[in-house]
Amino acid sequence: MAFEFPKDKYNGKIVEVTIGAGDKARTVGGETAMPLCNFEGEFPNRPLVAMEVYDKAEVCETWAPACKEPFADVMGDAVAWAKKCVEEFGAEAICLQLASTDPNGMNTPAEEAAELAKKVAEAIPVPLIVWGCENDEKDAETLAKVAEVCAGMNLVIGPAKEGNYKKIGGAAIGYDHVVVQQTPIDVNMAKQLNILLNNLGVPMTKILMDPQMGALGYGIEYCYTVMERDRLTGLKQGDEKMQSPLILDVGKYTWKTKEASVSVDEEPAWGEAKVRGVLWETVSAVDVLAAGADILILRHPDSVRILKKIIDELMA
Amino acid sequence: MGLTGIQIYKLLPQTNCKECGDPTCLAFAMKLAAGKAELDKCPYVSEESKAKLSEASAPPIRDVTLGQGDAAWKVGGETVKYRHEKTFVNPTAIVVALSNEQSADDVDTQLKYLNEQSFERVGKILAPNWAFLWDQKKDQASFLDLVKKVGGATEKGIIVSSEDVATLKAAAEALKGKKFAIHPVTKDNADDLIAFAKEVGAVPVAQGDTLEDLAAVGEKIVAAGLKEALLDTGWKGIRETVTANIAIRRAALDKKFRPLGFPTIAFPCAMTQDVELQATYAALLIDKYAGAVVVSTLDPAVTYPLLVNRLNIYTDPQRPMTMDQGIYEINNPGPDSPVIVTTNFALTYFVVSAEVEASRVPTWLLIMDTEGMSVLTAWSAGKFVADAIAPFVKKSGITEKVNHRKLIIPGYVAQISGELQEELGEGWEVVIGTREAADIPKFLKDYVGQ
Repeated sequence: MAFEFPKDKYNGKIVEVTIGAGDKARTVGGETAMPLCNFEGEFPNRPLVAMEVYDKAEVCETWAPACKEPFADVMGDAVAWAKKCVEEFGAEAICLQLASTDPNGMNTPAEEAAELAKKVAEAIPVPLIVWGCENDEKDAETLAKVAEVCAGMNLVIGPAKEGNYKKIGGAAIGYDHVVVQQTPIDVNMAKQLNILLNNLGVPMTKILMDPQMGALGYGIEYCYTVMERDRLTGLKQGDEKMQSPLILDVGKYTWKTKEASVSVDEEPAWGEAKVRGVLWETVSAVDVLAAGADILILRHPDSVRILKKIIDELMA
Repeated sequence: MGLTGIQIYKLLPQTNCKECGDPTCLAFAMKLAAGKAELDKCPYVSEESKAKLSEASAPPIRDVTLGQGDAAWKVGGETVKYRHEKTFVNPTAIVVALSNEQSADDVDTQLKYLNEQSFERVGKILAPNWAFLWDQKKDQASFLDLVKKVGGATEKGIIVSSEDVATLKAAAEALKGKKFAIHPVTKDNADDLIAFAKEVGAVPVAQGDTLEDLAAVGEKIVAAGLKEALLDTGWKGIRETVTANIAIRRAALDKKFRPLGFPTIAFPCAMTQDVELQATYAALLIDKYAGAVVVSTLDPAVTYPLLVNRLNIYTDPQRPMTMDQGIYEINNPGPDSPVIVTTNFALTYFVVSAEVEASRVPTWLLIMDTEGMSVLTAWSAGKFVADAIAPFVKKSGITEKVNHRKLIIPGYVAQISGELQEELGEGWEVVIGTREAADIPKFLKDYVGQ
């Protein structure tokens, strides 16, 4: 029987953003259709699977055993950890989480964090994303320092928020890096921050957007839907301020949930802890992939393997 | 759906006989258009008009129910492509595949999961829904044993699958009196099986390797006047399956294409034996429109994340999730344990309770009904303010559980502490907690350490 596949039309294109410099450079974005709709648009770049690396072992103390085990030999040595992620687990980018810079925690000085970022960036053959501790003031200080020390390496630095985008955006322009801008699950606020960054002088080709991850069971549906709306605004309405590639900090948000991390002894009805934890992460990740993620930041090596396989199949 | 009151009026007798209870045919037509009346109320409407009206009023994607009584589960009936437009209404059925190649022990384990497994979350019970029984061995006797065993053990929905039509018919006989489905109905056996399905009241599961083949079977199902059917787009890879689901949803909603106006069923169990990968495929298919997903195990480590994903994706995007008002015990609190109060927005509850749990500090958590608003929103709406919180705390029963009168409030509403102190009265002490949930463990440890 005759059947015609109803195709959608679009009026926009996601901006192509290159991260990393020289041999390490990778490009994300460039889509001209909604996620998973390869049959009606161009998808020139694969979504990237990045892995988390933490700056100090102390900030990982409370991790689930399933997450500590694969990194037991490298925790506390961010350079070795990053190399292991790339060489053994196939990470396509590294996200250095500067969690120890938190002033309410270890309060690692900005200079020390920036030196570490440089060492990691030099040691790995893939792009580096440098993530702050999500304290507006401290991140402005730390990330500005990272930008300076790593000048010209075209790192990704963030998250830049309403309260600190000027300093982080300014440093990114000055030393040639890409900025992650983050707003709390809201299309209009995301657009507004892009406009502010543009006004500051950061071009769209240097911006990634973080719509704010919510884990499975902890608001992922809000994140999912705001991402779909971000994409529809950029692609259907052709709003040029809403055409940034999307980056999601999946690992950190999923593994801190009780469901991902509690042992089977404590919750016997929830099943084996490692499988449950990995699935909490992969299900969260595949949700945001289906909603348009261009970069996924993951924690567990098994999650990386699964997401890379699914991306291979979806992009084939 | 689709027809206006005037269009419907033209199909009515236009005699204003009032027997439907409305003063005029036009008034009745308007009610029909608004979905507030049933066509059956008109005794004089012609068969031809009836057919036209029921066709026009049928939902673009039919719904399908399998199983009996409380164990019945309905899928389909969706009206949108993106969940911000309108809620996804009938959550994807989680289905376990059982076959006559499996050991009896395996079948028993999965059957127990199907019947007994459930998780409670945001006041909702989450559980798997149907069994897919597969004549993998192509052996009627052992397949009928499986069908009888499962049929005798559960009231949940059952789909029987065999390439042999005689085996399918025998399986259907064994399930008499139940609401079940038969699979696969293909272009080769469609005439026979659709007539059979209609006769015995079974739901046909159409299968086609291409959407054209599938639509050809769907067309026969529609022509036979069957209102329920499922669509199987063939056991292929994740990309083909997701693409087919998108195509079917669009054809049904955008083109009102009836032959594909049924919920789909997808088979992650046939895509890989790797349980973690398989479950991740299933999650993606829940996102992308599958009416049912068939998995090879209902192990709780797999079903729990899938059920939560289904809950999240099928949540009404307009209405915040809420928790019941009351006292929640975390880490087995006692009379000296701290008392925290916050709002009943489910995300607030989840984040706060997760952090309190992580702190390992035994704590009483008072959840106050703020109509699902978060702390700041509820405060600005006047719902999480001193003269509302004080009576709630006093009536909550917490005073009978603790021997102190200290109340910890969210840091974001620090400004109400003085007024709240006054409202609570003599003997109470209001303590200002953290602004961010992430800081709760440190706060609680310091607090009880004092």
